[in-house]
Amino acid sequence: MRFLKFFIVILIIFNFNLTHAKNKNLDEKITKNLRCLICQGQSIHDSDSEFAISLKTLVKKKLNEGSSEEEIYNYLKDKYGEWILYDPEFSKNTYFLWLLPLLMFLIGGAIILKLFIYKKN
Amino acid sequence: MKTKVFPVLLIIIFSVIFVIFYKGLQNSNVYEPQIGNQKNIPFFVAKAFETEEIFKSEDIFEGDKFYLMNVWSSWCTPCRDEHKFLLNLSNQKNLKIVGLNYKDKKNNAINFLDELSNPYDFIFSDIDGTIAIEWGAYGVPESFLLYKNKIIKKIIGPIDQNSLLEIKDLIQ
Repeated sequence: MRFLKFFIVILIIFNFNLTHAKNKNLDEKITKNLRCLICQGQSIHDSDSEFAISLKTLVKKKLNEGSSEEEIYNYLKDKYGEWILYDPEFSKNTYFLWLLPLLMFLIGGAIILKLFIYKKN
Repeated sequence: MKTKVFPVLLIIIFSVIFVIFYKGLQNSNVYEPQIGNQKNIPFFVAKAFETEEIFKSEDIFEGDKFYLMNVWSSWCTPCRDEHKFLLNLSNQKNLKIVGLNYKDKKNNAINFLDELSNPYDFIFSDIDGTIAIEWGAYGVPESFLLYKNKIIKKIIGPIDQNSLLEIKDLIQ
């Protein structure tokens, strides 16, 4: 019984950490969406370069100051350009990227439709 | 019918792929950062290096003077190479050199300056690297030439003979 009480107390204490969990997840989500500019092919979250460490600190700082996710992205886009975001914007250079899945979906639909009509006839 | 559609589709797909890859060949895959031309300098609050007093950026950067903001660190080898050029520039009367000591131990930085002498008129210290991010810097060394609170030139990497002449040209 005493052990159980002790166990419950420990459990409650460790659960206090979870009150911060929401913030922690957001912070991870943001750093995973940022490209490490000096180490190719890694996100800020994965990288341990000086630049990435600083950026992680900055993201935490900004979140504590009450900035939203969107505000942080815009702030960094302003400093480093669009390249730092993993999510590309719709522009002249990226329209093919955005429209290709849609195009493939339409072609696939056309093929299926054609097969059905073909079968019926 | 079926035998005709398939080869045509194949040719179209391959030509599209060919065009994309052919275009991709000409793109450089080294990211060239946007040169922050005519960008306003960021506002920041930082500790002074020597006195550890807190300064605002506007206390240091006055409007109608040329400033060279140099991000440096004692652990960075290219910073040693560019130091002689900074010393050369510190003789220029109409240019003030402001240093940003990036993620450094104070003792090491002091030793670095004692060894190579100090070209800076003022030094900020940036312990966690966040101020360098405010400036849009990638790492050390990096320099920004400022005039009228605008960044007029950004040099990524160490200053060399060419950029030295360019800076001298710009501040004339």
